[in-house]
Amino acid sequence: MSFIRPTFRHPDLPTNKIGYSRQDYEGALSTLCAGCGHDSVSGAIIQACFDMAIEPHRVAKLSGIGCSSKTPAYFLNNSHGFNSVHGRMPSVATGANLANRDLMYLGISGDGDSASIGMGQFVHAIRRNLNITYILMNNGCYGLTKGQDSATADVGSVNKSGHANQFSAIDMAGLALEMGATFVARSFSGDKHQLIPLIKAAMSHPGFALIDVVSPCVTFNNNPGSTKSYDYTRDHIETTAAMDYVPYQSEITAAYDEGNSVDVALHDGSFIQLHKLSPNWNPFDRHLAMNRVFEAKVKGEVLTGLIFIDQNHPDLHAMLDTVATPLNQLEQRNLVPGAGVLEGINAGWR
Amino acid sequence: MHKLSGLNDFVVRFANVNGTGSASANTMFAKAIFRMGIPVSPKNIFPSNIQGLPTWYEVRVNDRGYLGRRDGIDVMVSVNPQSMKKDIAAVKAGGYFLYDNTKALPNELHRDGIHYLGVPMMGLCMEQFTDPRQRQLLKNMVYVGALTALLDIEVEVIQQIIREQFKGKEKLVNPNFEALQLGMQYVQEHFEYPLDLKVERRDLVGDRILIDGNTASGLGALYAGATVAAWYPITPSTSLVQAFEKYANKLRIDPVSGKKNFAVVQMEDELAAIGVVLGASWNGARAFTATSGPGISLMGEFLGLAYFAEIPTVLIDVQRGGPSTGMPTRTQQSDILAAAYASHGDTRHVLLFPSTPKECFDFTADAFDLAERLQTPVLMMTDLELGMNDTMSEPLTWDENRQYDRGKVLSESALEEMTTRFGRYKDVDGDGIPYRTIPGAHPTKGAYFTRGTSHDEYAGYTEDATVYQASVERLLLKWETAKSIVPAPEQYQTSYQSNLGILFFGTTTQPALEAIDLLREEGIELDAMRVKAFPFTESVRHFLENHDQVFVVEQNRDAQFRSLLVNELEINPKQLTKILNYDGFPITADFISTSILERVHALKAV
Repeated sequence: MSFIRPTFRHPDLPTNKIGYSRQDYEGALSTLCAGCGHDSVSGAIIQACFDMAIEPHRVAKLSGIGCSSKTPAYFLNNSHGFNSVHGRMPSVATGANLANRDLMYLGISGDGDSASIGMGQFVHAIRRNLNITYILMNNGCYGLTKGQDSATADVGSVNKSGHANQFSAIDMAGLALEMGATFVARSFSGDKHQLIPLIKAAMSHPGFALIDVVSPCVTFNNNPGSTKSYDYTRDHIETTAAMDYVPYQSEITAAYDEGNSVDVALHDGSFIQLHKLSPNWNPFDRHLAMNRVFEAKVKGEVLTGLIFIDQNHPDLHAMLDTVATPLNQLEQRNLVPGAGVLEGINAGWR
Repeated sequence: MHKLSGLNDFVVRFANVNGTGSASANTMFAKAIFRMGIPVSPKNIFPSNIQGLPTWYEVRVNDRGYLGRRDGIDVMVSVNPQSMKKDIAAVKAGGYFLYDNTKALPNELHRDGIHYLGVPMMGLCMEQFTDPRQRQLLKNMVYVGALTALLDIEVEVIQQIIREQFKGKEKLVNPNFEALQLGMQYVQEHFEYPLDLKVERRDLVGDRILIDGNTASGLGALYAGATVAAWYPITPSTSLVQAFEKYANKLRIDPVSGKKNFAVVQMEDELAAIGVVLGASWNGARAFTATSGPGISLMGEFLGLAYFAEIPTVLIDVQRGGPSTGMPTRTQQSDILAAAYASHGDTRHVLLFPSTPKECFDFTADAFDLAERLQTPVLMMTDLELGMNDTMSEPLTWDENRQYDRGKVLSESALEEMTTRFGRYKDVDGDGIPYRTIPGAHPTKGAYFTRGTSHDEYAGYTEDATVYQASVERLLLKWETAKSIVPAPEQYQTSYQSNLGILFFGTTTQPALEAIDLLREEGIELDAMRVKAFPFTESVRHFLENHDQVFVVEQNRDAQFRSLLVNELEINPKQLTKILNYDGFPITADFISTSILERVHALKAV
């Protein structure tokens, strides 16, 4: 059940440069459990879209099935949403994107939705470099069916019922790197200072942008033995780099030590400024990124931050060589070759 | 010995090894007769294999324009030792067996009652040509030459086809001419020619074309304005999307930028293919996919979502032999029930049944209008026989005045003027069809949350029993509306003449029509109806209720179409007699007429 928020607005609420208040980016009241990591992610999405002054109706939000996939009802009420079937959001998003390349696509999924039932669609959307921000709310369990282990649960991680997972865990960031993802990041729902700029950067990225967000399940997987709990994540977090998102034509204000900071120019003229925590860090090197992700996995670290970015790879539309006009705006006169042409075609079949 | 005779009325079957270039030679043969103004009906009977297995090509030549398959082979052209024994047995008594006698035929392959015509096809090629691959390919042309002389085909017509075939590869024209000549000359020097089975120029083809249904369907999607095609390769639907892409690459290029006004994506599986169609249609583009039986099974879940969330969806099912992987290269009409009620829960989908390439074109275009008007899946049910065989058809036509029916879509200005709250699933007009909006249409109005969960009129999640029930009952009202806009059935009489009826659809049409003529010769008169769409219109009920017995002709084991009639129209099953062919080969007129004759005699005996 979704509850609609009252539409009353305080007249003095701050607005962004297109005149929208933060509330204009909100959705229905969440029906998730109190303290659910996913609600923090929804909050970060709202904040990012507000800060970036995105027109809500220019965003399409799509999801699969599961707790995470319910969240698009809880943000961006003025955006069209599509809660599809389990594990199949990437294909629906592919179709939507093919129909209108001018909208921004926000895909919301979970570890059950993307790492199990939807694994095929997840990896193939990456291969095609679909232009989408893909937020994977990763809690290591199936919340909506009461806490079964998911395919991202670490070996030995103990869920609330006391069961320890025996099966190898899938590292979604590592997998995305292997599949050729052009933007790979990981974050933690409890760290909005990192998550918000990552979402902004992902939305500015012209291709498949994965943010694997560790988002603890307070009800079924936040117990002491779990490796996807708030406590475990806070204790084991490692960051590639501190980062700031610098909008187009804004002044760079964050001050980092020379030599340790990297500016990443994004497609739309904005920047990400990274403050490297490790001198060997290079977000443009896929090979290095894969090694680092693997290393972190072995050590039991939760490696967060922007892990890899490649802004130059063509997206699906570029690879298909489609026109700049969104396909859904082509008119009949652009699409019908005419009766005369058909007569010519007939002649070839005589 | 008896010799078969027949002017413009016989069946030639070619027995080849697949992957040896025989298809192009065989097609030339059929086309030559077609160009002589004589109706032809070629059928491919091929294996699920790329190279080395037996494949057949059967051409029925028929002055009276019967395009269905006919039992019995008059002339067998045999170049495949693997299948020779079976091929010899298939020839009608008094018929001809044209074979390659470069090596002598073993004694056990001699059969009384048929005429052996040995032509040293390989031997002649070995003498004339040096390149081994060319020898293999031109051997096919040698038998075309032999047939040209034997059946009295106009050689200039074949030569013209060869010239067209090798346009841009002119080097190949002469060797093909030579091979053709070798075959003709050998016949002229060794046999009495032409045979009593032969062709003679007629003017019976008119402006008709010889085209495969899949190409026609692909063109239908192109003219209907499809901009997104998503698919996964599966026989026998593969050539449909390929035809769309081929023509789109010529006809859908933006003149200014040189870029494509369409997108074709080969997806990772059928689930993803239909997912793309839903996403693109939801976002306001015309999109489609094509598949066959196994794909229909996989697409079920999404079809249920499209039905419940009311998303226009166009799917073309080129049916093949089932169940499971079944017979991928044989034909059947066995996805009827799986398509009509695809997905769990209470669902039902609009089906269209084309019977000619022209209808493949028209119905594909109609499918987009219907899907957008009704905001629901529309499945066009064709099959391998129609999809993959060159079939004589009325030419494809496009009415320049035709306007796409994009259905009930609220534009930005319509939303702007709206004073009441937009309800995505609100039945404003009382026809069960709500209004939809396209993402991005308006800054503050029209956004909604599409979901496969139960929803109220405003697309909000609900578990309220009354609201849920009203929403699924509205879908039934929409179904009633569908009945008034789907193609009406074809009646073959102005008023009922008989207490017996025959009902058919899709590819059973041609043989059924011939069977009606055959039965008339036996003194049995049948009223006939061809169904073109599901849901069934009232005229279908009227036809069934006004005949004591109706023979329902279809190509599956379980009489699926009959089940659909019984279930939807609550007709007494005893009134509907099954006429079923399900061996994977196209049904023949003889089979239908013989089966009906037996049933009629049995009825009389009672």
